[in-house]
This record gives sequence, C-alpha cells and structure tokens, in this order.
Amino acid sequence: MKLTLWTYEGPPHVGAMRVATAMQGVHYVLHAPQGDTYADLLFTMIERRAARPPVTYTTFQARDLGADTAELFQGAVRDAYERFRPEAILVGASCTAELIQDDPGGLAQALALPVPVIPLELPAYQRKENWGAAETLYRMARALAGPSALPPGTPRPPREAGRRPSCNVLGPTALGFRHRDDVTEVTRLLATLGIDVHVVAPLGARPADLARLGEADFNVVLYPEIAAPTADWLARAFRQPTVATVPIGVGATRDFVLEVARIAGVDPSAALAPAASRLPWYSRSVDSTYLTGKRVFIFGDATHAVAAARVATEELGFTVAGLGTYSRERARDVREAAAHYGIEALITDDYLEVEARVAELQPELVLGTQMERHIAKRLGIPCAVISAPVHVQDFPARYSPQMGFEGANVLFDTWVHPLMMGLEEHLLTMFRDDFEFHDGVAPSHLGTVASRPEAPRGPAVTAEEPSPAAIAPAAATTAGTEPTCAWDPEAELELRKIPFFVRGKARRNTERYAHERGVATITVGTLYDAKAHFGR
Amino acid sequence: MSAVPASGCATRPETVRTGLTVRAERGQREVFCGLTGIIWLHRKIQDAFFLVVGSRTCAHLIQSAAGVMIFAEPRFATAIIEDRDLAGLADANDELDRAVTQLLERRPDIRLLFLVGSCPSEVIKLDLARAAARLSRSFEPRVRIRHYSGSGIETTFTQGEDACLASLVPTLPEARADAAPSLLVAGVLPDIVEDQFRRLFAGLGIAPVQFLPPRRSTELPAVGPGTRVLLAQPFLPDTLRALEERGATLLPAPFPFGADGTTAWLRAAANAWHVGDGRFDAVVGPGEARARQALERHRRELAGRRVFLFPDSQLEVPLARFLSRELGMELAEVGTPYLHRRLLEAELEQLPDGTLVTEGQDVERQLERCRAARPDVVVCGLGLANPLEAEGLTTKWSIELVFTPIHGHEQAADLAELFARPLVRRLRLAV
Ligand code: SF4
Ligand code: SF4
Repeated sequence: MKLTLWTYEGPPHVGAMRVATAMQGVHYVLHAPQGDTYADLLFTMIERRAARPPVTYTTFQARDLGADTAELFQGAVRDAYERFRPEAILVGASCTAELIQDDPGGLAQALALPVPVIPLELPAYQRKENWGAAETLYRMARALAGPSALPPGTPRPPREAGRRPSCNVLGPTALGFRHRDDVTEVTRLLATLGIDVHVVAPLGARPADLARLGEADFNVVLYPEIAAPTADWLARAFRQPTVATVPIGVGATRDFVLEVARIAGVDPSAALAPAASRLPWYSRSVDSTYLTGKRVFIFGDATHAVAAARVATEELGFTVAGLGTYSRERARDVREAAAHYGIEALITDDYLEVEARVAELQPELVLGTQMERHIAKRLGIPCAVISAPVHVQDFPARYSPQMGFEGANVLFDTWVHPLMMGLEEHLLTMFRDDFEFHDGVAPSHLGTVASRPEAPRGPAVTAEEPSPAAIAPAAATTAGTEPTCAWDPEAELELRKIPFFVRGKARRNTERYAHERGVATITVGTLYDAKAHFGR
Repeated sequence: MSAVPASGCATRPETVRTGLTVRAERGQREVFCGLTGIIWLHRKIQDAFFLVVGSRTCAHLIQSAAGVMIFAEPRFATAIIEDRDLAGLADANDELDRAVTQLLERRPDIRLLFLVGSCPSEVIKLDLARAAARLSRSFEPRVRIRHYSGSGIETTFTQGEDACLASLVPTLPEARADAAPSLLVAGVLPDIVEDQFRRLFAGLGIAPVQFLPPRRSTELPAVGPGTRVLLAQPFLPDTLRALEERGATLLPAPFPFGADGTTAWLRAAANAWHVGDGRFDAVVGPGEARARQALERHRRELAGRRVFLFPDSQLEVPLARFLSRELGMELAEVGTPYLHRRLLEAELEQLPDGTLVTEGQDVERQLERCRAARPDVVVCGLGLANPLEAEGLTTKWSIELVFTPIHGHEQAADLAELFARPLVRRLRLAV
C-alpha cells in the first residue's frame, strides 16, 4: 500500500480512454463502477471536448456482485454496439472489475459482433496511465494491422519509383500536452522535406487507418511514452525504421530533420533555413544576458523533461539544478541526461518528494507539470508548464506547439516570461519598500518586513537585469523560521546602500544567516558574512 | 434474455402521491461515487483527515473532482492498494497500519481520522471496521479513528456525506436523560450559512443548537431523547436513522432552499419550541422579505423557462420545488439517483402534478429525452455539460450546488443566479 496525496498519472484505463477518445469510430466498453465515470470530465472539462468520450461504463453496483455482472457486461457491449455502431470495440476492466475477474475479452468475443473486438488487459494495481495508453495503441495496431504484416524473413519492398516518401506520426492522444499543435507543426515540417504523413495515430485515426500503418515508409514517434511499443512492433512486422529524435527545441528539431532526411533519403536543407526559429537570435540578443546561469528545476514525463534540459542549457544558457521524472518506465533516459549535467535524477511519483527537492534546491525557475506549478507558486518561484499532467490552461485557444521551430519560439516565450514577471514583481516589491514610495512609517529596526505581498501595487517599472552587486541568490523564506534578530543601526544604514532591487533579498538572507547562528544583533560584519556565505 | 434488463425501466411507475408518479430507471449511470464528498467534508471538519483505502482510480477521482484545489498537504490521501497487497505478499492490514502510522506521525494536527472504504477495498473484503478499532487502540485518545464507505458500488456522490456523518453518530456524547430539548442541524453547511442560522435560532429563543458535523472534532454535539433533528440536506437517511437509534426525533420539514423553503424549515424548529407567530415573523420576516425581493429579479429571467435535472446530487427534488414554486420554471424532468420518500415528503407534496420524476439512471436514454425536450437549462454533471452545450443546450453543473453556499434566505438569490447566469450568458454572446 502506498500513501498518495496527488498522483501524476491516472490508472491505466484512463490511458486507454485517451487513445479511444483521440480516435474516430472506436468505442470502449469498460467494466467499472459508477464513480469511474468521473474520467469523462477530464476530456469534457479539462480538454473542453465537445463530445463525450466514446466510453460505456457498466456501472455495476454491490447488489450486482452477487448476481451476474458478466451478463451486465455483455448487455452493455451489445447496447453500445447497437447505439454507436463503432468500427472497432475495445473492452476491458477498471481496477474494481479486475478483481471480480469477469473476462471482458471473452465475454465480448462471445457476442460475435461484426466488428473487431480488442480486449485490453491493463493491470490496474501495477501500471499507470501512460503505460495503459501505450498498451492500448499497441494492441490496436497489432489487431488491425497485424494481418498484413510482412512474412518473416521478407525484406521491405522498396518504395515505388516516383512516389513521395511517407511516414506515420505516432503518439498524439486526447488529453495530451499540446499534442494537437505538435501534430500540425511536425506535419508542416515534414511537408517542407517533401514527406507525406500517411497516418497520424491515435489522434484523429479510424480503425481502418491503423490497418494501413504498414504502408508508410517509416514511423515518427512524437511521444515515446505512448508510441514506443507500437513503433517497435511496426519495425519488426513491417521493417519500418523509427525516427527516435523528439523535435523539442531548435537543436533537437535540426537533429530530427537530419534523421528524417537520412531515413527518407531526401535533402534536409529546405527545412534547415537559419531563420526557421527566432529562438537563437532572441537568446543571443543582449537583453537575454540575465538568463545566464539561471538555476532551473525540471520535472515531467521523461521525454519532455530530457528535452527541456537540453533546451534550457544549450539554447537559453540556464543551469540545470535538478532533473526528474514520474515515469519509471523511461527513468533510464532521465538518469543518463542527469548524469550528463552532473546531477542526480529524481525518479519519483511522490509529490511531496518533488516539493522537498524544489524547496531544497531553491531554483530560480521551475519547468514542470501542473503539480510543480503549484509547488512553485507556494514557494514563490517562477514556473512554466512543460509536460502532462495537464490542466485547462494547457489547452490554449491559440496555436501553441512545443515541437518544431515554432515550438521553440513558444518555449522561449513561455519560459522567459515568468522570469521577467518574477523580476518585475520583485522590483515592484522593492519599490514599495523604498523610502520614496513607502506610505507608512520608517522601517523598523526590528526588521521582518512583509516580504511577499499578494498583489504588488506601485509605480510601473520595466524589468531590468539585476546588477552584479546582487548580494545573494534567491532564498525562499520558509514559513515557521521567521527570523527575529535585531539590526544594529549601522548595519541597517549599510543595508540601505545596497541597490533597492536586491535589498529585500539581502535582508532576508542576512536574517536567516543570523538566525541560524543564533546571532542576536546584526552588525555590518554579519551582513558581509552572510553575503560571503550565500554568494557561493 | 435475463430477467433484469441491462438498461431501461426496471419497474412500472410508482405513485408517490395522487398526481405524482416516479419512474425507476436502470442502466449506465453518470455520477461520482461517495468519495467525492471528502472534498467538502474535509473543508468543514478542520481537524479531520480522510484516508481512502483504494486504488489509483480513487486517488485520481478525488484529485480530478477537487480540480484546482491543490494544497501542499491536503487533509485527504489515498492508501493505494498494490499488487503485493492483492497477491498476499504483503498483509493488507499491516500495510494499512503502516500507512496510518506514517500519516499520523507526519500530521500531529489531526484529531479525527476517517478510513474511507472504496470499491477495491470492499471487493477484497478489507475490514475497515476492524482496522479502525485496532488503530484506535494505538492512537486514542489523541486521534479518534472512524470508518465509512465511499465506494461506487455502495454510494453515489452525496451519499458519501451521509455515510461519513452516520459513522460519527455512535461517537457522539450522550445527552443527559433529563436534558432539555436541543436542536441538532445535520448536514454540511458552509460556515457562513451555519452562522446565519445560529443567529436566527438565537433570535427565536431556540437553544441549545448544535451542528453535525462540527467544525472541530472536539466539539461533537451530544445526542439523546431530547434531541430534535433538522436536516439541512436531503441525502442523509442513514445519518437520521443512526440519530434516531440514539433517541433523537426528526422535525419533518422541506429543505431550506429559497424564501419559502427556508421559512418552512425554520418554522419546523420554531413550532417544536412553541415560538409564537409574532416573534417568528419579527426574527425571520426581514430575511424572508430580502430573499423574496432578490428573487424577483431572477424570476423575471427564469419564469416560464424549462429545466431538466439529471440525477446527481440528490438535491434535485428540493431544487425542482424551488425552481417551480418560487421562480416559475417548468420542470421537464427531475432525475435523482435515489428518492428518499420519507425525507422528501414535504418536497414531493409541492411539486406540480404530473412532473416527470425519475429515480436511478440510464444515461443514454435520459440524454435522448433531454434532447427531445429541448429544455432552456439542463442541470447535469461535469462529464455531460460541455457536450450538451456543444449541442446547443444551456447547462448548469450540479457540482457547484455542493460547493456554493445555497441554503437560507440570504443565499436564495445566489441559488437562483446559478441557474440564471448560464442563460444570461447565452443571450449575451454573439459568437
Ligand atoms: S467508483 Fe469505486 S473504484 Fe471508482 S473511484 Fe469510486 S470508490 Fe474508487
Ligand atoms: S478545476 Fe478547472 S478544469 Fe477542473 S473542473 Fe473546475 S474549472 Fe474545470
């Protein structure tokens, strides 16, 4: 038994729902109690889907357990087929139904429906959402494309002369982080290379499209968490090569273009024009200097976390202070990346552990999921969301991919913006403390000025680079350890000579330093001792 | 074919009173399970912790229903059952004890711990009653440990609150046998509403007045033969039964929604304390007048509009009464997961003759009826709202009814506004 406050991933059948909901002409009959219907709201509220997910729940109750839940299940499959006329049916059990062992696959197959019935076995007490999505896509691909697999030993026939190369784009689902826009962006990128997209799956695909997956020349895997097992199987069954690079960031997009061009045998130069993305120039322009060495904490699914680390270091000049993932299935990738940055990866799905690590590292920017956004908000650290789990604001109305060159532009904006906002808020707070703007009495010699007002009000200022005289890096004040030391008048005067926009930080750090060492009165000496201590 | 159809009407319409029949439906339900109640229960009882013994699905449900309310350390969690527990590699009881110990060490502020049963814990027959008793021996008196079921195979949405409150009743202190009558208001009310009612009862000279649940577990109300129970929520039959077993008596009343509903509810208490008409009017009259006046504006918006209520919070019948009697709305269908005939007698009395009342659900058929009825407002769960909006219907999410203060005179107009706002919005939008 594992004590869990918040979970990064839902149960595996929610992964199956993400696949079914992404597709057309598919229906999923889920043996599950009524409460499990909550999963519909993920799609209708968070993703604002205009249609209900194509899912029928048996909603069995305790009184059915003594009677015939199997019959209830068969009735639900029969009704769902009659009502929705799907082209393929997925059947399976949620956690509770797994325990009563009704064999949904066998029961549904016994109905001899005129469409493919694909049973899903998703062990709810071992596996989670992404695994469930991956398994579902794989089972569907095998069931529908399997019959046309190349016989063992036969090589893949060469592409017909004169036909443009084509590929499948695998992995995008419903409720995915920016999947909708990534597909558009990657399709556009492939088009500049003269490559056709044969099938996008599961997003928007019909069962018949999955049946023709083998016709494409190769596969592009956008989200390995979801599509890697399917691509591996397609590589075996149809000898289709897989493009493994995930095009997040300028460098990775260039690598992706080169890899695709090599596999497809086309000239990459059309897609590599220097003006393809604004990120490189924006990052080089002088006002970005203040981004240098910003300590960033990165957490998400493995693919997005690893990609973010590369963008953060190579393309924005940040320092990766922490890197981690909740996806144990792909922990190895993250461990390798972390080793590359000289840090230890955090592999956990325990929210409190992540929070503790962020608090301990005190990064200047958090790139994470919606969960880390809450952590960062509480700790007063700027944050941008880079990965699922998602919330309603991760489905923006505007075009906002993460992948490709336009995706890189989006990354620049969304990561740099919170830093600027953080700086701006900081400056406003400092102005409030500054004597010219202070509307109250003179600062108390007993210190402890309220350090983080909720809604900063004050004169508008523009964000500026903090002066190199910055006395210390940010230190989040931890509740409960409010310093209670007094300032020597001379030290207080010295403090006022420090530039206003870092003065609050200096005050806090000095007080913390004094508090930790039991210094009762802060002198000029204490002030500089603290500066040396925190200056690292 | 089996004797019980998988969906559709299980029984013939049943007459609940002359002019009103109820149709029972059976089929796919689209409702939360009783675990959802944890979201408002933990806000109300400020030193309580809710530990669900369940699966990842249960944890995900609470988190998804709680939505944006991400607190650092919420006062609820899930002990997720894993394969090792099922395979017998780990003793589930030992594991549970370990989880509880870990939790209580981390949270010394907790005084009351609920072990909340789920479908998986019930199917594997994990005995939470025994677990609660066993753990109580280690942690009482510092922490009181109770248990109840919020499972989807046993409970629907608001039934979780009923199960939770009912589990508290046996722990309530015994009122002295010769104690004077006391009033007990049962059902979670937002603090602001509770305070309003306290002032009104004080004005009426009704005392002592206690609320279940209390804001802190150290303030549990005493109960005994002198206890008169006023239900603040219509979904509390088990809590009522448990209170009656302790000697309490119910003050039958409609529920305090709207001007009339609230007055009648307060009147039921006033009658039991023999409060004269003059005093009652002096104390209750001003609030009632304010409510009527505030409702008038919404009545202009809503009168003659047709409303369709999907079964969800079990507030549907009292709300339908309020919407039809006080706002002049027409009732296309009133669905409810369960119809507690005894508790809703006064409400059913006031529904217009011929109202279509359905108990239970077959969601696909109900959606067909809803589309055919083309109501002006549909009250439904979060899974159905946007799809119906996309079909051109106007909706109100029912979950807001359990998160928003809606009881009492001062909130009557807020309650009406919940229904008016989506309509007004639709009129404003020109895109
Ligand atoms: S219906 Fe059962 S399994 Fe599903 S969330 Fe509710 S208690 Fe858990
Ligand atoms: S929290 Fe946000 S996304 Fe979730 S239900 Fe509420 S509004 Fe919708």
